[in-house]
Amino acid sequence: MSMDRRKFLKVAGISSILGFGASVASATHPTWQPALRPDQMDRNKEALTAKRWAMVVDMTRFKTEEDFTKTINACHTIHNVPDFRKPDGTVDKKFEIKWIWNTTYEKAFPGMEERKYQSEHIKDMPFMVLCNHCTNPACVRVCPTKATYKLATGITMQDMHRCIGCRFCMAACPYGARSFNWIDPRRAANLDPAKGGKVNKEYPTRTKGVVEKCTFCTERLAVGKMPACVEAAPKGALIFGDLDDPSSEIRQIVSNKLTIRRKPELGTGPAIYYLIGGGDHA
Amino acid sequence: MKIYNKGPVFLGIVIFLALALFPFYNNFGKANKKLDIKTDTPAILEYEKVNGKKECVEPKAYMRGEHMVLINNWRDAVVRDDNRGYLSSTGKRWNMSLQNGCMQCHSNKKKFCDECHNYMAVKPFCWDCHIQPVEKEETQS
Ligand code: HEC
Ligand code: HEC
Ligand code: HEC
Repeated sequence: MSMDRRKFLKVAGISSILGFGASVASATHPTWQPALRPDQMDRNKEALTAKRWAMVVDMTRFKTEEDFTKTINACHTIHNVPDFRKPDGTVDKKFEIKWIWNTTYEKAFPGMEERKYQSEHIKDMPFMVLCNHCTNPACVRVCPTKATYKLATGITMQDMHRCIGCRFCMAACPYGARSFNWIDPRRAANLDPAKGGKVNKEYPTRTKGVVEKCTFCTERLAVGKMPACVEAAPKGALIFGDLDDPSSEIRQIVSNKLTIRRKPELGTGPAIYYLIGGGDHA
Repeated sequence: MKIYNKGPVFLGIVIFLALALFPFYNNFGKANKKLDIKTDTPAILEYEKVNGKKECVEPKAYMRGEHMVLINNWRDAVVRDDNRGYLSSTGKRWNMSLQNGCMQCHSNKKKFCDECHNYMAVKPFCWDCHIQPVEKEETQS
């Protein structure tokens, strides 16, 4: 078959128009829709909902080591988070999985020069950190399978069924809030029945090769319960609520007191606010 | 008709037939085994006592053919859409959950899900994460 130049250009032009049309169609067509019709599903009546779930961490209410560990353990037990230990009993950092954990003030708030002369109490104390459920999360932007995404309630959710373990989200997250399962979590001493461990039968474990993190306890909010850490923490230490609701306790605190957030300059819009003492409106 | 190299040729044919027919004689007899699944768990009997009949979340024929689709729809509705109630064609509301829904009734996973899946040679990987019900056989062995 032969084709002159003119004919070739016509065909090429038409097919590129068609191709362009197809790309527009696929860009405007939603990539994911629920397969159940709206009249086939509903939310539990007792479910707690919000336009923007957020949390205030009042560091002044954490007084002892115990206050931290019981908060962390509540979360990690309910969600079957593996606890890998070295033979000497210390945490095996290589395989560590964490949803909520302690770090230092310096690591949580690097470069906060104006806080250099912070009271020793705050500077030396462990700082409780977790996923910030950002308004503009870097992890969601980089995930190639949409395994991590925003729920309408402001929660940055993780769909374990879609995670392919590429760990882009871990590289993107400025808060180190995500952990990768290098080995089967069910081998951990706290989960493996053969090693005296026990799982929470109402929640899944994860498997080797997926990334996990805090979900603000979506499964508990759905049945009208506060997140596990909020329940276990000392009274008033973790305040969880709807930042979008002007009458909520959390909104009152965020509007009236000096709170700080981790690395807000990055523009991710973190939703965890820290009260580090020093009175109202500093 | 003259066949050259008779020996190797016939040997070749026999080996070929043995390999090609392997799936058939390997499965001989097994396919006739009757599928024997049980829906007499304590939760189901209790449900029957309260409601006067045994029923699944959808009619049995639909469940048999479509449960894999339904279960995936549940998964997406819960995880991606934050909905946990399923309104079935039978006019009932069910908790959309594998561990806390299906498996509460079908707590005899080995004699139910596994029995049929083995028969059909399907192997769902869900149990790598989702926790299976504890069954008697398991604690004995
Ligand atoms: C309320 C208890 C209950 C729940 C919850 C339930 N089932 Fe059932 N299921 C039954 C009963 C009872 C039957 C037998 C129905 C009958 O005999 O008419 C059944 C039948 C079935 C069958 C068909 C078996 C056959 O004989 O062909 C399948 C498949 C099935 N269920 C899967 C599931 C799955 C998957 C889920 C979760 C999405 C689920 N069931 C949730 C009680 C339940
Ligand atoms: C009556 C037989 C039967 C019973 C009982 C049954 N299944 Fe299935 N299931 C099948 C068949 C057949 C397939 C494969 C369908 C296919 O490949 O298209 C399947 C597929 C699945 C899949 C999808 C697997 C995949 O790889 O995509 C899941 C999940 C599943 N079943 C869950 C269950 C659970 C949970 C139960 C018990 C509550 C159950 N099934 C009971 C016949 C059954
Ligand atoms: C990598 C781990 C993993 C694997 C593999 C997995 N799931 Fe899940 N699944 C989860 C997690 C985590 C949740 C969230 C539970 C919640 O929020 O209550 C979940 C939730 C679900 C839910 C809704 C909530 C509930 O309580 O059940 C369904 C339904 C479900 N999965 C079905 C499946 C099916 C079917 C398979 C196999 C084809 C599967 N899952 C494989 C981890 C996994």
